Amino acid sequence: MAIYLDANSKIIVQGMTGAEGMKHTQRMLAGGSNIVGGVNPKKAGETVEVEGKQLPVFGSVKDAMEKTGANVTVIFVPPAFAKAAIIEAIDAEIPLAVAITEGIPVHDSATAWAYNVEKGKKTRLIGPNCPGIISPGQSNAGITPSNITGRGPIGLVSKSGTLTYQMMFELRDIGFSTAIGIGGDPVIGTTHIDALEAFQNDPETKAIVLIGEIGGDSEEKAAAYIAKNVTKPVVAYVAGFTAPEGKTMGHAGAIVSGSAGTAQAKKEAFEAVGVKVGKTPSETAQLMREIISKLQ
Amino acid sequence: MDLFEYQARDLFEQYGVPVLAGKIADTPEQAEAAARAIGGTVVVKAQVKIGGRGKAGGVKVASTPEEAKEKASGILGLDIKGHIVKRVMVAEAAEIDKEYYFSVLLDRSNRTFLSLCSVEGGMEIEQLAVERPEALAKVEVSAVTGIDKAKAVEIAKAANFSADLVDQVADVFVKLYEVFRKEDATLVEVNPLVRTKDGRILALDGKVSLDDNAEFRHQREEMERDQLDPLEAKAKAMDLNYVKLDGEVGIIGNGAGLVMSTLDVVAYAGARHGGVKPANFLDIGGGASAEVMAAGLDVILNDPQVKSVFVNVFGGITACDAVANGIVGALNTLGPKATKPLVVRLDGNNVEEGRKILKDFNHPLVTLADTMDDGADQAAKLAN
Repeated sequence: MAIYLDANSKIIVQGMTGAEGMKHTQRMLAGGSNIVGGVNPKKAGETVEVEGKQLPVFGSVKDAMEKTGANVTVIFVPPAFAKAAIIEAIDAEIPLAVAITEGIPVHDSATAWAYNVEKGKKTRLIGPNCPGIISPGQSNAGITPSNITGRGPIGLVSKSGTLTYQMMFELRDIGFSTAIGIGGDPVIGTTHIDALEAFQNDPETKAIVLIGEIGGDSEEKAAAYIAKNVTKPVVAYVAGFTAPEGKTMGHAGAIVSGSAGTAQAKKEAFEAVGVKVGKTPSETAQLMREIISKLQ
Repeated sequence: MDLFEYQARDLFEQYGVPVLAGKIADTPEQAEAAARAIGGTVVVKAQVKIGGRGKAGGVKVASTPEEAKEKASGILGLDIKGHIVKRVMVAEAAEIDKEYYFSVLLDRSNRTFLSLCSVEGGMEIEQLAVERPEALAKVEVSAVTGIDKAKAVEIAKAANFSADLVDQVADVFVKLYEVFRKEDATLVEVNPLVRTKDGRILALDGKVSLDDNAEFRHQREEMERDQLDPLEAKAKAMDLNYVKLDGEVGIIGNGAGLVMSTLDVVAYAGARHGGVKPANFLDIGGGASAEVMAAGLDVILNDPQVKSVFVNVFGGITACDAVANGIVGALNTLGPKATKPLVVRLDGNNVEEGRKILKDFNHPLVTLADTMDDGADQAAKLAN
């Protein structure tokens, strides 16, 4: 088992014919993902050969779903057009939409999210500004390198892409059920809590690593959720202890505003509910290692 | 980007939000001329992005242009909680009858917009929220429908505006929402919003934060000119994601989360090596070409505080050999300008090839580290 994405997932790529879209379509295919087509209204009807596979290009997400049975879309379209692409995916009611695009204005992501809520949340949105989701050995929808590690008992949910890779690398001998990068923007689709809930219900996942960073209150909410609902062991890591107030640290959402959003407050929230917090990625990996060794 | 008060005032004016006349001045003479142009009694206000400037002596009333000049010379150069006043705004004075509060902002926690409004303005809103939460109306605003007239009336009523004022303030709220929406703001706050003795509703002081991600659809060059540190401005011109900090270890990495984490690990290591700290945040992103690496190193080496540099890269999308070639290219380009030691940690895609390139390059300033922790320790040691 894995969460949200598995060997049966059929993936289309919005923005497949662009430079980024094409590069990562290639990588996903090489990593074993079942990519069934792309979407670009200007190139509808064409076929593109990628990694020896003929991929049809469709005019819309809806059309692509009807013709291929796709149930996942990965979105690579540039920031200026990303809102329209996400809304198109929501209108088509595709079960999973993964928005990789970085730099989407927050008014656009807030509008797309409000639209998804209005439509009854039939689409699970991951991102934007995220590496996507990988269930190693089964499928990869996004830009996470497929070859870092294989299947295993750990579930990972992270605000940061490179810290996702770093943590998978640190624990590569143990392996992961699913790793999700939820993104570092102020408004995102899937939250820490959503992923915790799914990992709690996934029999293959035995323990969970949660990676947070400064800004917002997603980690504090996750801590409260864990106390009430999660029985599997969780370890956490929070980046940004040394970040000063009022300076955005790369991710649009990574900013300490006054007393809100500090790494220290997040760490304390986790520790208050018995979740151990590593000081560094390597220490966090070590904490997870200890948990896994006790499980076996 | 957080705007200065005068920048917020100018934006409000563009959208038809009622504001008082105001002109900026960088010198006492300019303040005098501004006061003369405005006429009558004026208020000279320090332009700093920190609260409590009134108590710190940053706001003064002047009844003549000569007095405005004198007050401005007292305020310019003032240190308000670490912010040096470089500019004042000379604003028309008004006779205030009543002060209110209004804001519309991104409510990140609930993934929606939110309006806060109170008929008890003037004081810090955080204080009001704690002391008299019942006096602060909180009204959710949909990102799809926004604040139209009906929503604005709902907000005014929720805040207990008297019936005769509801229509007048609601019109102002609709315009303030237009600023929020059309300028891609994450915060538009008016504190105080006032009613004058002659019955006008005016936005007397405004705070506006704009979303940097939306820069591509706005003209903000002029606004930005006053905002950045010189090294930050240089980095921005080269499209680098750089934030200047106060420390000795320059940091270059890929990915915002990993770089943030690197700052922390370097700070912990610094505690063991004379208390050295990270000097900056610099994320070179996914495609670390030789050009990007050279540009990044150039910015960091131009920071006189930097004593050593830690390059921490996990090759996910980028391959480590490309990063290593970037470092080699950067050091070749910089030549004798590169004088500070570099500790490099590479992991991930093509790590063996990457390390080999750096070993073969055999540059006296470059040291290879096996892990992130090890690299942070070596870099901190070199900066001590």
